[in-house]
Amino acid sequence: MTTKFTKDHEWVRLDGDIATVGITKHAAEQLGDVVFVELPDVGKSFGQGDDMAVVESVKAASDVYAPVAGEIVETNGAIVDAPEGVNDGPEGDGWFVKMKLSDASQLDELMDEAAYKEHAADA
Amino acid sequence: MTNETFTGHKGLQLEVPLLFEEGSYEKAGVDLPQPSGTKSRLGDQGAEHAPHLPAFTEPQAMRHFVRLSQKNYAIDMGIFPLGSCTMKHNPRLNEKMARLPGFADLHPLAPEKTAQGALALIHELQDWLCELTGMPAVAMSPKAGAHGELCGMMAIRAAIVAKGEEKTRTRVLVPESAHGTNPATAVQCGFTVDKLPGTEDGRVDLEAMKAKLGDDVAAIMVTNPNTCGLFERDIRAMADAVHEAGGYFYCDGANFNAIVGKARPGDLGVDAMHINLHKTFSTPHGGGGPGSGPTVLSDALAPFAPIPAVVKEGETFRLIEQEEGDFADSFGRMVAFHGQMGMFVRALSYMLSHGADGLRKVGEDSVLNANYVRVRLAEEMTQGYPGPCMHEALFSDKWLKDTGVGTLDFAKAMIDEGFHPMTMYFPLVVSGAMLIEPTETESKASLDEFCDSLLGLAKAAKAGETERFKNAPYFAPRSRLDETKAARQPKLRWVEPEEGAMAAE
Repeated sequence: MTTKFTKDHEWVRLDGDIATVGITKHAAEQLGDVVFVELPDVGKSFGQGDDMAVVESVKAASDVYAPVAGEIVETNGAIVDAPEGVNDGPEGDGWFVKMKLSDASQLDELMDEAAYKEHAADA
Repeated sequence: MTNETFTGHKGLQLEVPLLFEEGSYEKAGVDLPQPSGTKSRLGDQGAEHAPHLPAFTEPQAMRHFVRLSQKNYAIDMGIFPLGSCTMKHNPRLNEKMARLPGFADLHPLAPEKTAQGALALIHELQDWLCELTGMPAVAMSPKAGAHGELCGMMAIRAAIVAKGEEKTRTRVLVPESAHGTNPATAVQCGFTVDKLPGTEDGRVDLEAMKAKLGDDVAAIMVTNPNTCGLFERDIRAMADAVHEAGGYFYCDGANFNAIVGKARPGDLGVDAMHINLHKTFSTPHGGGGPGSGPTVLSDALAPFAPIPAVVKEGETFRLIEQEEGDFADSFGRMVAFHGQMGMFVRALSYMLSHGADGLRKVGEDSVLNANYVRVRLAEEMTQGYPGPCMHEALFSDKWLKDTGVGTLDFAKAMIDEGFHPMTMYFPLVVSGAMLIEPTETESKASLDEFCDSLLGLAKAAKAGETERFKNAPYFAPRSRLDETKAARQPKLRWVEPEEGAMAAE
């Protein structure tokens, strides 16, 4: 299971044909304390780069984009009830959604961990 | 000596309990005897008890609100450098004019012939706004900036509907540095929003914008000068390109203060722009008064302007209330009456007391002041984008890297120095943004005190004096608030403590 990253600071991890998506540790640190998360409904489909979720901290409200195209199969209700979960484990228990990919090859366009680290350091 | 007092007050800093904590149900401002000989016509359907609202004697109520007002910070006390807000001095002459009984006591439903003076004032203000912007028409009724945006986008939508293109022209292009109200307005009007990328130097990327144009583009919404405090140098080319593609150009006029008297949006190809009277034309805002957002419209959009509107027929002024005559294609009515009359009086007072030359000087001095602040602070702080700015100076948090101090901490420490902080974390395109708009109000001495203090704080942050920042403000009536807890577990209503709990205390 490899994790891929977008330039907008989302991560995506593929397991079979289901991808788990969240925001990176770097993004969570930049946002500061997350106070609100809005997730899409299960069954909704998104194209790559579409606005998919909203995350709001004491500093700013940001859109979370679909890193790859697909259909939402599960959402993480825990971070809606307790948004601090995003700060506690952004790349673990603080995941946002699971989606069924429509085109796995889109993953190839995303960054690997080393490339993302460099990208985040520049930002 | 001790820091604690028996009262909780600290010298002239008087503590203020909540109205619910301080009031009682027995007190009254005016004590009238119980009426006798009256009988309720509600039978046994009357209220079981009076509503539980705390009551006060008159001096108690007076002290409550005066004490609260003393904890306020206002433009009348010091520099208010909030970027994108144009917190300038509100001349007292404006207030005097707005309180003239002929304006202040006029009822909005007064017959036209008894309100000719007020209508003449609105008409004259319309002339000034059209002249200053180089636009043929203006809608006076929008009540604030975002409402003016809504007016402009509704006019654009009406024009698109009139051409029968409402099914196909659905996309609105908005730069990523835009005020959040821009995409919100576009969505409110039924459009989808497409983000425009910026260039390395903080402007809209003209080529990227052109690449996004097509017959499905309804409009672009661009702020000029933009929210990075920079003039969009390609604005004319952007306007031409969007017009060529059959779309319209909405300009967010929030930052008009920087160019008033210097450049006319009409000459830049704008189709609609709201003007914040409460920014550029000095009417109070930010808790001090309602906003007012007249929206100027190009020839292409003028037929769709909302009603009511003031027109001059011979020597008589009329309020057009129906969709008739020149207003037959009006998109309709946004508000009940003609707009914010009190703000119209203040804005016209400001214009007349400054004159055309004075207003040009406003634009010039606001830009000069911002650049003075920019150059002085650049000694210690990193500019968001290189080069000169317009009316506001933008800094990023790059210079705070590895100091353990963030933008928020720095802003809170400014409160201890006696300043209202600048705009923080906006625009979003710059990391840890600090956006400073001094306006033309401030003198060199005032700007120097401000800059000296910020440079001092910047040096302290770099020298590792994190203690000074960590829980700042220390000298404010309340120290650092837990904003996270307030957002995650908001307390939205006061709950009466139980009697037992009170006794136990």
